[in-house]
Amino acid sequence: MKFVFISVIREAMAGRLKRTVRLGIKSLWLHRLRSLLTVLGIVFGVCSVIAMLAIGEGASFEAQEQIKNLGSQNIILRSAKPPEEQKVGDRGSQSYISQYGITYTDVKAIRATVPGVTIVLPARVLREYVRNISRYVDCDVVGTVPWYPELRNHQVATGRFFTDTDMDGRASVCVLGAEMVPILFPLESPLGKHVRVGGNYYQVIGVMEPRAPTAKTDDSADSAAKGANHRMFIPLETAKMRYGEIIMRRRPGSFAAERVQLHEVTVKVDKLEDVMSVADAIKQLLEHKHKKKDYEIVVPLELLKRAERTKQIFNVVLGSIAAISLLVGGIGIMNIMLASVTERTREIGIRRALGARRHDIVLQFLIETVLLAGAGGIIGVFLGVAIPFIVTWTAGMKTIITLWSPLLAFTISALVGVVFGIYPALRAAQMDPVEALRHE
Amino acid sequence: MNATLVASPIVQFDNVRKHYQMGLVVVEALRGVTFGIEAGDYISVMGPSGCGKSTLLNLLGCLDRPTSGRYLLGGEDVSQMPDDALSAVRGSRLGFVFQSYNLIQQLTVAENIEIPLYYQGRPEEESREIACTLATRVGLEDRIEHKPFELSGGQQQRVAIARALVNDPLMILADEPTGNLDSASGAEILALFDQLNAQGKTLIMVTHDPNVAQHSHRTIRLRDGEIESDVRQ
Repeated sequence: MKFVFISVIREAMAGRLKRTVRLGIKSLWLHRLRSLLTVLGIVFGVCSVIAMLAIGEGASFEAQEQIKNLGSQNIILRSAKPPEEQKVGDRGSQSYISQYGITYTDVKAIRATVPGVTIVLPARVLREYVRNISRYVDCDVVGTVPWYPELRNHQVATGRFFTDTDMDGRASVCVLGAEMVPILFPLESPLGKHVRVGGNYYQVIGVMEPRAPTAKTDDSADSAAKGANHRMFIPLETAKMRYGEIIMRRRPGSFAAERVQLHEVTVKVDKLEDVMSVADAIKQLLEHKHKKKDYEIVVPLELLKRAERTKQIFNVVLGSIAAISLLVGGIGIMNIMLASVTERTREIGIRRALGARRHDIVLQFLIETVLLAGAGGIIGVFLGVAIPFIVTWTAGMKTIITLWSPLLAFTISALVGVVFGIYPALRAAQMDPVEALRHE
Repeated sequence: MNATLVASPIVQFDNVRKHYQMGLVVVEALRGVTFGIEAGDYISVMGPSGCGKSTLLNLLGCLDRPTSGRYLLGGEDVSQMPDDALSAVRGSRLGFVFQSYNLIQQLTVAENIEIPLYYQGRPEEESREIACTLATRVGLEDRIEHKPFELSGGQQQRVAIARALVNDPLMILADEPTGNLDSASGAEILALFDQLNAQGKTLIMVTHDPNVAQHSHRTIRLRDGEIESDVRQ
């Protein structure tokens, strides 16, 4: 190994490396198809590594964005129908009021006993049709507080969010989710217009910024809404006044009522490092107060950490696949190079007779293998960079190609060339010149 | 003997033996061969097959080392040199012409001629210049960029001779150089050899054709690994 390295330097200083490389290219070009088939293993190995990394990176980026949208300093509490009641509700055609969820006293208790919590954001969520004359859209009507945008990191695009005055006056105002506007107001600006929910009219005072469509992290299993872009916001006090605490649900052949005080509470923790301990404290508090499991706690930070861990596992799996495919590719190259050495025994004999030393032969074959693997790596990089674009274009999935992944894949493929090229090259160099010249 | 002819020989074989292990049997290919070669000589080595001709040529060409005995090439003992040193000796002091030409098929005529210079690390432009001069000398100036398979047997052998000359060797070793050629091409090659010898090149040629051997000035006959006769004609 060491003497190969030394001879590479010597060759480079003698200006002969360039000629040896040219010679290698010539030999490989002579058997184009064979060279191509030989490197196919490396090509697919490198290509799949880059493509999979890009798709994985894209997917985890999206997941992390969604989680970040929830706010990494936030803890979200949601009311959830306890499992046993859900069963009753599904079976029951009888009218009966189920009572569950987070209450105003829970919020008070959290504010009073858990340290390090500043703002608490309560919200009531109702599933309703929002109408503009004949147009309507199915959405979540969210009764909340004026500081919702700031806390949930979700800003108003046009107009304004409602204020404390709106809240105190129980004003009939609303802010629409981004995707509702083209459905309800396809031709005009919604600002100042009115929308109808049930028997009540609300004046539109603002439109929220669009958000990446979120997966189930932002939808409680109960509401199963279409996400943040299909939410209409109204002041919490207005919602309380208009809808009370009992929600009627009419389904074909059945009728159910639920009594829920708060559907969602967002707790903002002052310091990022306290998030986990505050979450634990709230968990304990709620466990103590609620006999039934009628709530759920979402800790975005925890989700973020879990997503990162998942990504790490994904990377390890990917790394193993990559290692195996590059190993297979390397063995393929070695196999062909051994065959090539045997086939070119006579050439080796001629070169030895004409003054080639053993390491000249080693270098010649090693350079061929490295060129082969390197070329395979380059082709693989191009394919691997192209595939994510195709995936994004056809499947609409987000993909991210990090700079290091093609570099790493290429470096490894070149290394594979060195590792798997050494043995055939040494075999070539160990040949006895007399025997080699006699070889047919 | 004339004093000028005794000037140190370029090749001196002292009781050279070569044994091969063939399975359990030890084959004695050369059993103590002693002779010398002076510069400018033209020698043919003859003998029935299995007499040790090829072994002698391999030893002379530093492709192999003798089991015992001493081989001085140009006054230097090469009999037990390490492998790399032998490569260097082959590359710089010897020229080879083979029966089957032994050109590298994927290289052009010029590139084939350049090979020994390449391994000596001579610059590319200089090598190409020398190769072109030699191609002209063997009458292949218009075939420089051709590949060996595009040439006739005689032309290929002339490329091989040009390659053997490129490093200005002490001697040229030819192994049945006309064995694969028709008589006309063979005659051309022998004429070229005569011409080279006339210009002072030392030639050693293995052959079993007495007509070919007639071109040489000295004939060494081998039998069973020993020199049977050494005649100067």
